[in-house]
Amino acid sequence: MIIARILGTVVATQKDERLRGKKLLIVRPINVDGSDTTGYVVAVDTVGAGFHERVLVVAGSSARLAQGMKDVPVDAAIVGVIDTVDVK
Amino acid sequence: MQLARVIGTVVSTVKNESLHGRKLLVVQTIDRNLESIGKPMVAIDAVGAGVGELVFWCRGKEASFPFKREDTPTDCTIVGIVDSEQHVTR
Repeated sequence: MIIARILGTVVATQKDERLRGKKLLIVRPINVDGSDTTGYVVAVDTVGAGFHERVLVVAGSSARLAQGMKDVPVDAAIVGVIDTVDVK
Repeated sequence: MQLARVIGTVVSTVKNESLHGRKLLVVQTIDRNLESIGKPMVAIDAVGAGVGELVFWCRGKEASFPFKREDTPTDCTIVGIVDSEQHVTR
């Protein structure tokens, strides 16, 4: 899993039926110290995360294993809102 | 699977229900000379590892196999603790 920050939202009307009702967010991977990296990923939200929050993103086929994501065509899912990261 | 050092912890209260009760750790992948390579990742702990320990982790869908495999959304899981650095033969 990676740590990412929510940058924005995506609105899509025409989409796979199984994606209906799912919130799509643009997230940018960040370092453990909170600094930004480059690039972005569109991820499906499973926890009700909001703009600018730090979140946990699962990538690949594991994203489908999150509750509510069974058989949904996604390869990135937000599975947690991060409270703290403590790195020694 | 890859070797890594556990370098920290992550706390998340609001998370997908299928992750409730799972411990989240920050792991830094290392090479056979125990030097850091790549960026740290967040891993779920399947073996009871702690900060500072040398572990190995597996990526991809197989990462969910130590848990309820159809219900645990993880692509990075700590699956073993290396007994000591002397056990890594270079």
